[in-house]
Amino acid sequence: MKTLFEFFQSLSLAERMLAYVLIAPFIGGVLAGIDRKLTARLQGRFGPPILQPFYDVLKLFQKERIVVNKFQNFNIILFFVFTVFSGALFFCGADILLMIFCLATAGTFFVLAGYSVSSPYSHLGAEREIIQMVSYEPMVILTAVGMYMVTGSFNVSDIAMYQKPLILALPGVFAGFLYILTIKFRKSPFDLSISHHAHQEIVRGLTTEFSGPALALIEISHWYENVLLLGIVYLFFAFNPWLGIVLTIAAYLFEIFIDNNYSRFKWQLTFLSSWLFTAVAGVSNIIVLHLIK
Amino acid sequence: MAWFKRSPWVLHYNATSCNGCDIEVIACLTPLYDLERFGIINTGNPKHSDILLVTGSVNEKSKHVLKTLYEQMPNPRVVVAVGICACSGCVFQDCYNVLGGADKVVPVDVYVPGCAARPESIIDGVLKACGILEEKYAQQKNTQQQSIKA
Repeated sequence: MKTLFEFFQSLSLAERMLAYVLIAPFIGGVLAGIDRKLTARLQGRFGPPILQPFYDVLKLFQKERIVVNKFQNFNIILFFVFTVFSGALFFCGADILLMIFCLATAGTFFVLAGYSVSSPYSHLGAEREIIQMVSYEPMVILTAVGMYMVTGSFNVSDIAMYQKPLILALPGVFAGFLYILTIKFRKSPFDLSISHHAHQEIVRGLTTEFSGPALALIEISHWYENVLLLGIVYLFFAFNPWLGIVLTIAAYLFEIFIDNNYSRFKWQLTFLSSWLFTAVAGVSNIIVLHLIK
Repeated sequence: MAWFKRSPWVLHYNATSCNGCDIEVIACLTPLYDLERFGIINTGNPKHSDILLVTGSVNEKSKHVLKTLYEQMPNPRVVVAVGICACSGCVFQDCYNVLGGADKVVPVDVYVPGCAARPESIIDGVLKACGILEEKYAQQKNTQQQSIKA
């Protein structure tokens, strides 16, 4: 493990970016497959094969392109590019604030894609996506602020090399981040704009008018985003790589567990509860950190 | 590679059926039959789906909806008529408003008879439709290549 970690450190910036761009979709796809299999088992079903997400995406690339607005796929491609770019920034050890705003830009293009088509379902999905972004964005920024207050640097490489356990200084921030991670992973109870389940319902809104390759790109961007978010979870336990990887996987399994145990919230409750949790867990943690320093 | 066989997404439309076949289609999603183990998802969105499941004898009111749904599906696409009403119109075929079978409106590829069709036979019909999807995709590719050559 140590040698693998040192090998990753020895790579140049471009090589690290390339490694992320090539490897992340495979990890993200397998994680999505494990998610579907586990969910099926929890519901008493046999479930699809682990590689099912890859089959879906490869099939979608073989389908016909149907376009209702000539800018809709342009927005989806920008969403994909910015998601991959923010992940690449993270894994090459760049500024975590830059990464966060890059990810927010990707989200904005996704909302624009929803608005660019004429379907009312898509518009509703886009509006819900904006509400979700407003709900999770404060906590994401607080995470970066908390990491800066402990390590003294916004650079991901410095935070990852910090030798003391970050989680002991930032338990509240970590809890808050886990809370909004459910929104970012598009898991129940916060799967308002795009749900992995409930294909016939309005919560499938944002993707209504996207078919074939565009839908595949949305799915692949989601995989990239998941790997990036799990990378942020890893940063909290970066003092011990083994422990970090185990607890990152545990966090993912925890999200699947939550997904299967809660019914969907209304948008008001999503918004209110995530801001309340951000204030109680995140902000208080940062205040305490400021006082004891 | 044969990706259509591994991930056929289904759209279900009830063209004035008695709901018997619809209940059997929903029964396919339950833990007992579990369609998802084949990668089959009931999408409810024509733009995401590959296979159109039609139930019920198509009549003057539902034929426009059926046609629109079929036209909104991206190629390659396959239609499966589930139940004897969707296959031929059954005892309703002489009614003044009934057209008599889904194939009067859209090209049907697989017929699944039965009143109501059993979940086993519906799953069998959908998996048969996957093979036809593959054929249609190969055909589509051939015509594209020929048009490029010409």
